[in-house]
Amino acid sequence: MSIFLNEHSKIIVQGITGGEGTKHSTKMLAAGTNIVGGVNARKAGTSVGIGGKDLTVFGTVEEAMKETGADVSVVFVPPKFAKDAVIEAIDSGIGLAVVITEGIPVHDSAYFWAHACAKGNATRIIGPNCPGIISPGKSNAGIIPADIAGPGRIGLVSKSGTLTYQMMYELREIGFSTAIGIGGDPVIGTTHIDALEAFQADPETEAIVMIGEIGGDAEERAADFIKANVTKPVVGYVAGFTAPEGKTMGHAGAIVSGSAGTAQAKKEALEAAGVKVGKTPSETAALMRELLAG
Amino acid sequence: MDLYEYQAKDLFAAHGVPVLPGRTVETADDAAAAAAEIGGAVVVKAQVKTGGRGKAGGVKLAETADEAKDKAGAILGMDIKGHTVHRVLVTQASDIAEEYYFSFLLDRSNRTFLAMCSAEGGMEIEQLAVERPDALARIPVDAIAGVDKAKAAEIVAAGKIPAAVADQAADVIVKLWETFVAEDATLVEVNPLVRDPQDKVVALDGKVTLDENAGFRHPDHAALVDERTENPLEAKAKAKNLNYVKLDEGQVGIIGNGAGLVMSTLDVVAYAGEKHGGVKPANFLDIGGGASAQVMADGLDVILGDPDVKSVFVNVFGGITACDAVATGIVEALKILGDSATKPLVVRLDGNNVLEGRKILDDANHPLVTQVDTMDNAADKAAELAAAGA
Repeated sequence: MSIFLNEHSKIIVQGITGGEGTKHSTKMLAAGTNIVGGVNARKAGTSVGIGGKDLTVFGTVEEAMKETGADVSVVFVPPKFAKDAVIEAIDSGIGLAVVITEGIPVHDSAYFWAHACAKGNATRIIGPNCPGIISPGKSNAGIIPADIAGPGRIGLVSKSGTLTYQMMYELREIGFSTAIGIGGDPVIGTTHIDALEAFQADPETEAIVMIGEIGGDAEERAADFIKANVTKPVVGYVAGFTAPEGKTMGHAGAIVSGSAGTAQAKKEALEAAGVKVGKTPSETAALMRELLAG
Repeated sequence: MDLYEYQAKDLFAAHGVPVLPGRTVETADDAAAAAAEIGGAVVVKAQVKTGGRGKAGGVKLAETADEAKDKAGAILGMDIKGHTVHRVLVTQASDIAEEYYFSFLLDRSNRTFLAMCSAEGGMEIEQLAVERPDALARIPVDAIAGVDKAKAAEIVAAGKIPAAVADQAADVIVKLWETFVAEDATLVEVNPLVRDPQDKVVALDGKVTLDENAGFRHPDHAALVDERTENPLEAKAKAKNLNYVKLDEGQVGIIGNGAGLVMSTLDVVAYAGEKHGGVKPANFLDIGGGASAQVMADGLDVILGDPDVKSVFVNVFGGITACDAVATGIVEALKILGDSATKPLVVRLDGNNVLEGRKILDDANHPLVTQVDTMDNAADKAAELAAAGA
């Protein structure tokens, strides 16, 4: 098993004809992902040849789902049009929408999140501003390089893309059931808690790595959740101990204001929940190895 | 992007929120002229992006134009919590009967918006939230439904705003919501929202934070950037579209890809620095996904232009970015920079096309470049070199 995604997932790409969409569709296909088509209203009825496969471009998500049985959409649509694209995915009732797009205005994200809630959260949203989700050897929805690590028993959830890659690399000899980058924006769909809950329920996942960073209180809430609900071992890492207060560092979400949201506060909350927290990515990986060996 | 009070109030006025007339000036003489034009008593207010201006002596009442000149002269150039006052807002003085607090903000935890309202305004909101939590109403706002008059009335009632001005306050709140949405703000705060002796409700102060991701639909917001108060290195980086933040008291320049990895790099360098005389990271610089030679050259140019920097650590995990492109970028950047590049570079490459990338650097054999295999060891080397160069 894996979480949110498996070898049967049928994937469409919204924005498949754009530069990023084409580039990453090629990589996803090469990783064995079952991409069944793309969506672009202005190029409906055409097809694109990607990685030796001829993919139909549909006018709408609904049509693509009807024709192909797609149950996952990966969104590469530029920020300006991302809100409409995600709302369309939600309205079509697709099970999972992975929103890779970086730079979506937060009012737009808050709007499509409210829309998803109003529709009963039938569509799980991952992101925006995230690297996506990979179940090595099964499916890859997004831009996480498929060759960093193979299948294994660790579940990984992280706000940051490159820290996801770094941690997968550190633990490549053990491998991953699923690695998911939930995105660093202030408003995201799937949270640390959602991923922890799914990993706890997934029989293939034996242990969990949770990577957080400064800003907000998601890690503190995750710590409470772990204490109450997670029996599998969890190791944690938090980035941003040296970040100065009140300065945004790249992610709109990674901002420290006042005492709440600091790396120290998050580390303490996780440790209080019994999570071993590494000082660096390599130390965190070492903690995981010890845990699985012991 | 945080706005100055006068910029926030300009936006308020544009959306029909009642504010008092005022003018922003940069000299004491202009302050006198502004006071004369407004007529009567004025308040001279330091324009800095930090709280506690009043306590610091940055807000003064002036009864006459001459007095406004003196007060402005004293306030201009003042340092308030590390912010130099370059301009003052001269605004009509208001008689205050009561002070309220109001704000709209993003509620990250609940992934929606929040209205906060209190009949006990004036003081710092953090203090109010701690000391009198019951006095501060927090009402969730649905991003789709927004705030109409009925919702505003609910907020006003929850905040216990007196009945005599409740209707007026609700009107102001609807207009503040319009400001919040139309301008793509993540914070709109009025503290205090005042009731004057004639029962008129006015936004006496204003704080607005705008979402830079929404810049594409607000070309006018670019004019709100105040380049003068930016750190010159940050201004230079911004001009080249680099995601750079200068840190105080650091000696190790940092370049990496991805915000999370770069933040992690800062931490790892700070830990390594503890063994090397306490050297620290000098900056945050995320070159993002496509690390072209030009981006690398621009990044190195900014970092090498920082006199605090004694060594540079380039930490890249090639995900989308290919390590050979990064390596080529470094080599080309050093060519472009020529003799102006004088500080040692420690480079750690991993991930996509790592072997090709390492080979490019090996072949170039540049005297300033050292390659190290792991992030921890590379941080240690960079810290050691910075300590040696300090």
